[in-house]
Amino acid sequence: MTDTAANDGFVVFDRVQKSYDGENLVVKDLNLSVARGEFLTMLGPSGSGKTTCLMMLAGFETATHGDILLGGKPINNIPPHKRGIGMVFQNYALFPHMTIAENLSFPLEVRKMGKSEREAKVKRALDMVEMGAFGGRRPSQLSGGQQQRVALARALVFEPELVLMDEPLGALDKQLREKMQFEITHLAHSLGITTVYVTHDQTEALTMSDNVAVFDDGRIQQLAPPADLYEKPQNSFVAQFIGENNTLEGVVTEIKGDTCIVRLDDGEILDATPINVSKVGERTKVSIRPERVEYNKDRLQEGAHTLKAEVLEFIYMGDIFRTRLRVAGNDEFVIKTRNAPDVDRLVPGQQIEIGWLPSDCRALDA
Amino acid sequence: MSDMTDTGPVLAADGTPLKRSLARALRRQKMRALMLIAPLLLFILISFILPVGDMLYRSVQNDIVSKTLPNTVVALESWDANSGELPEEAVFAAMATDLKSAAAAKIHTKVGGRLNYENPGISSLFRKTGRKATKFDLEAGIVWKDELIDINDGWGDPDVWRTIQTYSSPITAGYFLNAIDMRVGPDGAESRPEEEQIYMNLLKRTLWMSMMITISCILLAYPVAWILANLPARQANLLMILVLLPFWTSLLVRTSAWKILLQQQGVINDILVWIGLVSDDARLVIINNQFGTIVAMTHILLPFMILPMYSVMQTIPVTYLRAAKSLGATDWTAFWRVYFPQTIPGIGAGSILVFILAIGYYITPALVGGTKGTFISNQIAFHISTSLNWGLAAALGAILLAVVLVLYWAYDRIVGIDNVKLG
Repeated sequence: MTDTAANDGFVVFDRVQKSYDGENLVVKDLNLSVARGEFLTMLGPSGSGKTTCLMMLAGFETATHGDILLGGKPINNIPPHKRGIGMVFQNYALFPHMTIAENLSFPLEVRKMGKSEREAKVKRALDMVEMGAFGGRRPSQLSGGQQQRVALARALVFEPELVLMDEPLGALDKQLREKMQFEITHLAHSLGITTVYVTHDQTEALTMSDNVAVFDDGRIQQLAPPADLYEKPQNSFVAQFIGENNTLEGVVTEIKGDTCIVRLDDGEILDATPINVSKVGERTKVSIRPERVEYNKDRLQEGAHTLKAEVLEFIYMGDIFRTRLRVAGNDEFVIKTRNAPDVDRLVPGQQIEIGWLPSDCRALDA
Repeated sequence: MSDMTDTGPVLAADGTPLKRSLARALRRQKMRALMLIAPLLLFILISFILPVGDMLYRSVQNDIVSKTLPNTVVALESWDANSGELPEEAVFAAMATDLKSAAAAKIHTKVGGRLNYENPGISSLFRKTGRKATKFDLEAGIVWKDELIDINDGWGDPDVWRTIQTYSSPITAGYFLNAIDMRVGPDGAESRPEEEQIYMNLLKRTLWMSMMITISCILLAYPVAWILANLPARQANLLMILVLLPFWTSLLVRTSAWKILLQQQGVINDILVWIGLVSDDARLVIINNQFGTIVAMTHILLPFMILPMYSVMQTIPVTYLRAAKSLGATDWTAFWRVYFPQTIPGIGAGSILVFILAIGYYITPALVGGTKGTFISNQIAFHISTSLNWGLAAALGAILLAVVLVLYWAYDRIVGIDNVKLG
């Protein structure tokens, strides 16, 4: 398995481990393959090992065990400046004593490129991020968003095949961040470069990536395209981490092919899809997305199990309604409904029955 | 809205102009702030600004001659010093009058001492004449020209009178001319003879050695500051204590330690002889000369270079170096093109500190400098405590102050003073 992956991928982590202190592994047995031209995001909470992986790829940290391959060649012993990997840092790391044009010219100068060629490339790179008019300014004279664009241009100006980005949008405000998310993906795809992107912001990961690797505790918990990650989480960590999620705990009482029946701790019964439960009697966490919960009986499947719920809070959010319920003793059960003319607005105190398609409800590890 | 814009100055709610109202509101704040810093201001005024002003005044002050010899000064005005002849009798008579009252007040030696700086020998002339001056009979119709020359033939030298005339004005440039190895000759300012020139050479040596000290401090401090800035906090603190340790030991102890290390029978020479690098009869002379002074002062001033460098380096994130390397720069290029330029404010601050401290340094050059490694400040100290020529000391001090200000100005023009970070 790993061997074929190693041959296919442009960037390959092959059984990589990393420890800083010789006692704890920050990265545990990491296997990952990134195809040429792919936009891969490493997503995870802080301390999950994602930044360490990026630093190992860039060459600023060495792997304690295992190989990292770039274009089929192991790069463990190649110093960072010879790897030819573009990198965008969290705080941009634009050199404060140089102008924007000098910043962009720097990677070309150290590659001993001629002056006219350098100037042409710098101009093209700046135009690419719509910063052509700012070449003579200093980084401190630019806004955060502009610095971000320059950092991007600098990482791309020497035409690397691989670009790494370490939470590059973390310092921007929400609106700008959304705009830059779009611009970065657009640029990466139009230039056909391979991108490894690190973030702890799941929205960013979902909107930008071809594939997302969810990190926790030094391991990849799930590696999948965004839609699969959101709709088909493979374990309860991923279900919790990506998007809003309702969790109910109980015991599996029956497994029938691709559905199972779970008895919740307070005795209620529900239908679910078994994901990583294998036998009757096992404890499970059941995960349902708020927008997949239905309380209009007409829309529920014939014979589906329903649960009793009490409305605790109704929040009007414009495009959607967010309603907090008490379900099976859980006060934090949330449902989201689209603001449409035919949708009833729930009232706190109201008793309702909720249900869902068994395929939307996933029985995961406890 | 439109009537508001028409009425000119914006008014506050009670009808007073807004500007005045704002100024009144701010005045109380300003007064309170001033009250808080008043003790410091007063302290600086008394302990710093007044003494410096007094020193600057002393470097040109010369009223002792006109105060002690008032009649002579007036009578000498019409005498032409370049005629080569002695002044007329009236001048001598005036001198006799002045000397009698000065001797009675016992201040004749002071004016003699003052004029002695300019024309050696005058001091004894005044002292010897003064002894007899109390008994001068001013009414007896004595020809004072003959009488004074009779008492001491120094009075027959036109040069003495020329000196008195030259220094009769209450303000003089004499100390400053003296401080730059010049003097007032018959044709105005002129250089002193080669063998009497001291101060310009000393000033040049002081500047040159201070520069060497500053450069060696930069070279030694840079790596130390770099290590300090890049170590984990706990180890950095320990190292910082080692850097500051010299501050806790007496300056004299540290300087004496260098004497023990560097002298010809000292530790370093002993080791060099023992490992055979130097033969026993050719021990190195590394103290009581410029080398000794530079070594000892570099050691003493090193913390003043390390601290500003450290505080600047601490603020440079490691990501800059990483960014440079990811862009393809080798370790050296990343350092030289990216890291080093950002540390220049620290180097600048440290250099200004060390250089200014060095050119005014006094104890260490006095102890390890011998004759070739002393600084201009040692001459200043000599004139203040031994020769008591405070005017000359003040002039030398003022020149030193001017040099510092000029260098500071030059630094501002070249590097920019806002590029200096002291902490």
